[in-house]
Amino acid sequence: MSTTAVTQEGPAAVAPPSSIGSHIRDYWRRVRGGDIGALPAVAGLLALCTIFSIMRPSFLTAGNFANLLTQGAAVTLIAMGLVFVLLLGEIDLSAGFASGVCAAVLANVVTVLGYPWYVAVLAAVLTGLVIGTALGFLVAKVGIPSFVVTLAGFLAFQGVVLLLMEEGRNISVRDPVLVAIANNNMSPVLGWALAAFAVAGFAAVQLLRYRKRAARGLINDPLAVVLGRIVMLALVLGIAVYVLNLERSRNVLITSLKGVPIVVPIIAVLLVVWTFVLKRTSYGRHIYAVGGNKEAARRAGINVDRIRISVFMICSTMAAIGGIVAASRANSVDPNTGGSNVLLYAVGAAVIGGTSLFGGKGRVLDAVLGGAVVAVIANGMGLMGYSSGVKYVVTGVVLLLAASVDALSRRRAAATGNR
Amino acid sequence: MSATPLLELRGIDKSFGPVQVLRNVALSAYPGEVTALVGDNGAGKSTLVKCISGIHPTDAGEFVFDGRPVSINNPREAAGLGIEVVYQDLALCDNLDIVQNMFLGREKRSGIVLDEPTMEQMAAETLAGLSVRTVKSLRQHVSSLSGGQRQTVAIAKAVLWNSRLVILDEPTAALGVAQTAQVLELVRRLADNGLAVVLISHNMNDVFAVSDRIAALYLGQMVAQVRTTDITHAQVVELITAGRSGGLGLAADTGANGNGAPADSTTGGVS
Repeated sequence: MSTTAVTQEGPAAVAPPSSIGSHIRDYWRRVRGGDIGALPAVAGLLALCTIFSIMRPSFLTAGNFANLLTQGAAVTLIAMGLVFVLLLGEIDLSAGFASGVCAAVLANVVTVLGYPWYVAVLAAVLTGLVIGTALGFLVAKVGIPSFVVTLAGFLAFQGVVLLLMEEGRNISVRDPVLVAIANNNMSPVLGWALAAFAVAGFAAVQLLRYRKRAARGLINDPLAVVLGRIVMLALVLGIAVYVLNLERSRNVLITSLKGVPIVVPIIAVLLVVWTFVLKRTSYGRHIYAVGGNKEAARRAGINVDRIRISVFMICSTMAAIGGIVAASRANSVDPNTGGSNVLLYAVGAAVIGGTSLFGGKGRVLDAVLGGAVVAVIANGMGLMGYSSGVKYVVTGVVLLLAASVDALSRRRAAATGNR
Repeated sequence: MSATPLLELRGIDKSFGPVQVLRNVALSAYPGEVTALVGDNGAGKSTLVKCISGIHPTDAGEFVFDGRPVSINNPREAAGLGIEVVYQDLALCDNLDIVQNMFLGREKRSGIVLDEPTMEQMAAETLAGLSVRTVKSLRQHVSSLSGGQRQTVAIAKAVLWNSRLVILDEPTAALGVAQTAQVLELVRRLADNGLAVVLISHNMNDVFAVSDRIAALYLGQMVAQVRTTDITHAQVVELITAGRSGGLGLAADTGANGNGAPADSTTGGVS
């Protein structure tokens, strides 16, 4: 830099301040150019909710909304971890049963061995970390394709769950703290307080960023757009908390049922933490770089193997957290925990949300949006009284649809020279 | 321009097993000048560049950088001296934007958080310093850039780090006419800004358009390093293909054939 004559007008300084109109036009141009982001997931979510609400009025009740959130929680958590693996263009097929193994460890430690809940949670999370490290090592250092390594893991972990359950026994989880995670609600006041805190935090981050960039004369999103985002978040959170704080109990005299399920802030915190890691740290930047062009990343001095191992560690650890939530929701762990459709739902959630199977593109938020779509399908179809056969077929079709949207948007992007 | 070379190589040998790829190679790169490194496929250009950038260790020979003898054992040491290489296949990440690519692996941070405004500002200043006006926004993905723009970003990435010697490996190989002119202009500007530039090219038009000196490799030997003004198109082609041209290059087996440029050269220029 010091070797180049620095003049005051750079491309950034020359660019005119963007108006709302140009911002919208820019966004529209990106969408047409194949950079559609979460648009299909959001549109799909709205369409599905509308259809189900019309056909089954019970879909649009506070009780069902709360149900939906706890139903989708485990899959969403696993999908959040999968996003990291998918960002490198790898796959983790073992995430479902890895969550099963971790749930089995949790149940064994807390129920069979009788340790307190935090020891059990720690043991489960550590199990996930160890599994992820092993998978990552085999992929990055030994050089086995991730598809094969994790397929082997898929089979082996299924066996490990059976072994930990002593051939199909079912271990109940009775610890009040663990059961509370997916079954209890926060007090309405706490719900409002957390929502307000979240909005205030988001607003502070956005406005500070705006000010900092404005002060340096860099291109900024129009202030109206920034404010719009904040208002949007406040609206969404406000409506959600309001609905969840309505009385959901059929008989108030026996029990009162209201408030935001405890698992929601858990997902929200993890969403914020992982989004921060991906977007605001150099580690996250390096994940995108390795996913986009491994050779370029290597030449830039990035330790590619370390990145590859670490994403598998994150994925399996998130699977462990998903397993804990699943165990909490079912009040027990059985050999099928994390089995059957959990993995495919999780991969589906990430892809439906807009994470590319080809690597280099995706956000943690995708997993949450996609998880919501998957949960709405399962929940709505259940309310309509369809058999699980139909549910599987529909979910499969939706996953295929999402993958085609991904592939087609890539083709379109290649055609317009926009990725 | 300047009398003392920034980088001077003497007697570089390099073998891969039984194959000797570089034999007693000498090369000088001067600040403020573009040195074109030419040679046929397999002459050892890429190997020489990889030796300079620390990817391959050399078997023998010495490096003198800025008047001091140095040893370069890995890419990090080369970067530490201010040597940057822009590779043929660019090494940019399509899914990242221009700023992210320019700072890849060397991100500016405050605490653990990426310092985006500083990076964006530095990138803007660097591009402005190179008089690059062709990119619309620094925040656009590299995938949406043309070949010339990508090459520009790759070069800007190389000069961002107080670099003093920039080595360009075939920067115009995949470009159209207008874009080639753009990139060559940029290469010239690097030298005018005081950097030493080594340009590897197969294209004689590019070499003569932009270089101050020409160094010709032939079968692993440096057969000539001369001022561009002192040599003709045809002579360079002869040096590349036969290793000698008139009084230049390897000593002829059958005696020298005078000192004029051979007029019977059939090649009007290699594409």
